[in-house]
Amino acid sequence: MTMSDDTRLAMQGTIEALTAGDGSEPVVVNLGPQHPSTHGVFRLKVTLDGEIVQDAEMRIGYLHRSMEKLAEERSYTQNIPFTDRIDYLAAMSNNLAYCLAAEELLGVEVPPRAQAIRVMFAELQRVASHAMANGTFINDCGAWHTPLFHMFRDRERVLDMFEMTCGARLTTNYMRIGGVAFDLPDELLPTLEQFLADMPENIANYEALLLENEILHARARGVGVISPEMAINSSLSGPVLRGTGVPWDLRKANPYCGYESYEFDVPVGEQGDCFDRFLVRMAEVKESLRILRQVVDTLPDGPYLADVPLHARPEPGESYARVESPRGELGFYLVSDGGPAPYRFHCRPPSLINLSALKEMSIGGTLADAIVTLGSIDIVVGEIDR
Amino acid sequence: MTDLAGLSSVLGAWYDFRDLNNLQRLITEWIADWGPDWLASIITGVLGALGILGVIGPTLLILIWVERKVIARFQQRYGPNRVGPKGLLQPVADAVKLILKEQLAPRAADKLIFFLPPVLIFIPGVLIWGVLPFGPRMSVADLNVGVLFLLAVSGTAVLVIFMAGWSSNNKYALFGAMRAVAMSISYEVPMVLALLTLVVFSGTMSINGIVQWQQQEDVIFILLFPLSAIAFFFAASAELNRTPADISEAESEIVAGYHTEYSGMRFGLFYAVELGNTLVVSAFIATFFLGGWWLWGLDQWVPSWIILLAKTGAVYFLLIWTRGTLPRLRVDQLMGFCWKALVPATLLFVVVAFVERTLLISEGWDTTVALPIMAVFNIALSLGAVMLFARVARPAPLRRPARIRMAGSDIGGLRAAREVAARREAPQLQVGGD
Repeated sequence: MTMSDDTRLAMQGTIEALTAGDGSEPVVVNLGPQHPSTHGVFRLKVTLDGEIVQDAEMRIGYLHRSMEKLAEERSYTQNIPFTDRIDYLAAMSNNLAYCLAAEELLGVEVPPRAQAIRVMFAELQRVASHAMANGTFINDCGAWHTPLFHMFRDRERVLDMFEMTCGARLTTNYMRIGGVAFDLPDELLPTLEQFLADMPENIANYEALLLENEILHARARGVGVISPEMAINSSLSGPVLRGTGVPWDLRKANPYCGYESYEFDVPVGEQGDCFDRFLVRMAEVKESLRILRQVVDTLPDGPYLADVPLHARPEPGESYARVESPRGELGFYLVSDGGPAPYRFHCRPPSLINLSALKEMSIGGTLADAIVTLGSIDIVVGEIDR
Repeated sequence: MTDLAGLSSVLGAWYDFRDLNNLQRLITEWIADWGPDWLASIITGVLGALGILGVIGPTLLILIWVERKVIARFQQRYGPNRVGPKGLLQPVADAVKLILKEQLAPRAADKLIFFLPPVLIFIPGVLIWGVLPFGPRMSVADLNVGVLFLLAVSGTAVLVIFMAGWSSNNKYALFGAMRAVAMSISYEVPMVLALLTLVVFSGTMSINGIVQWQQQEDVIFILLFPLSAIAFFFAASAELNRTPADISEAESEIVAGYHTEYSGMRFGLFYAVELGNTLVVSAFIATFFLGGWWLWGLDQWVPSWIILLAKTGAVYFLLIWTRGTLPRLRVDQLMGFCWKALVPATLLFVVVAFVERTLLISEGWDTTVALPIMAVFNIALSLGAVMLFARVARPAPLRRPARIRMAGSDIGGLRAAREVAARREAPQLQVGGD
């Protein structure tokens, strides 16, 4: 049997490694772009000494769809479907952030009913997105899909509500400049009431299953730690930032859509580890349910969409609007040159910026820790690459 | 009267059916009438082996279905329900698909060593069944050192796993193989020690002897040595690569571990052997710690192998349950748990078993009185050991509770963070900690 070149080279490398120094050299392992734990097409290149991560390098761009450039060719209204596909697990939040930016540029006043409906769907989206985030996080910790499927049950009900309202489940395209596309259907509010009635018991079940689980504690506590100073310096946001104990939530700090009129609290962690991020998300779901309860109780009547021309031409200028998406600060920056399409369309994706701290969090831990940390950051690769 | 005679003949047939050894005896006697002795022993041996293979194959297909159905129920799904009645033929469809798939091999793989493991892995997987006693006289080979045989054979599988991981020329596979080797070496120690407890206490290394000891003393070993049973259960599930110890094929970390590069039926063979091992380990747990084919006299009326299968099913369900519930431990945590918890605990009970055995034999204590007292003492000792371990060996990050506080009106950066953290009132949520 003749040896192939690859084998010979590999053997040569092995022999050199065995004869040099202590006989060991770090191994570079690619996690992704096709890998069960990367939540999409994302590549994490880790240098390992045994199981210990020495270096981590993030390679992104496999899902780049050129959204920002494409948006410069389309009118302001036509750009809304793009935002669905940026963060496909929180389409409503993306719709909302973009519409807020466009409304600022156009100077549109949004009617109160539309504001309340926007809050309702943004919070439902948060419940769905956190269900996904926590479920996949536990999966990354090695559970065999059970918590994920239980949480998917709740997400499924939220998606059903999206479907009955706007016809789509994932890429909703529901918000419009000046309001929302459709008024609430008759069957939505009873469904939502039932959902709000059932959720506390479901959450109690998850908490009973997960919160005191010693293995989960062992896997997530003290893993992927980041200090509040470092988190702020890295400009992290969302549950990753709040897990370190920094109480920063745009719904409180810079209220939009009338969030100031609802009563809710901002949960923060202490240690800044993976478990705190997980707990913060669990607590945020409860706060979202509180907000939803108030929205349902105080839903005003009136128009759901302001009178905005379909192909509006804003005055030359720029605008930036930001919302607290489930993953953190989601911002849209628009520049108008007076034409029908934005001159510049830029998205500040929370996933990308939160991901930038992964290297800091994972060096010195094991390979398994790096994966748990990646899961706890809750990235959406569509949003990273756009 | 004819009715009664008919009934008794049916009962007689049932009595024969109870112990499949009778069938073997009939064949042996028939051959002995016309043939040499060695022919009879060879033929009965081959029949036993074929019988076991004939049992494993269909059982595996059903087991795949059972495991998928049960896991699906844990996960609020239906599970397979399309192929055949209630989805029962799903494993058959899967097997056909796997057979039809192309068998790929990486270009730079070490071809010979790469092709061998899926076949070799079958050898320990089948051999291990040979010493499993299905009844008082129903095992293919009732060795007087059965425990040793069991441990020796199960230990060889790791060599095959390492061959698979090494020859694949794939980093995930190599990681999986290295983890499997490290884990197998570590977890064999508590496994051996747990079995040594039974060997010391019952005074026999024959597996059937251990069952018969339990029958004779009217007690099952899980009551006498609960911690050894739990340690054996955990060590076995680690050897089987099942959650919470499936690090050698941890999907979210190293894709599929040592069999990442195997496709088609080669993967299917690994999968089948893994499931078969799960079944046989459940059977051995049932045999060693739950009394095997014996169940307080019920084995007089029900075929002993049905009792064993029922107990095996219960243990197997427990394995599925843990798999469906628990996350996975990290490599270092698994190793630490083995060497810092399981080895000392099992070692402690080897000493306890030695002392208690001495009390029973040398001091001549009455077993009917002494055994219940020993059981209570051992259970208390196990609980104490577990609690001591929980207090002493907990890693530092777990000693502090995780807390969630509500920010209230403090919204902002570091200063607000300090203010929230300095609050006196109880946090909204507090979990874990000592």
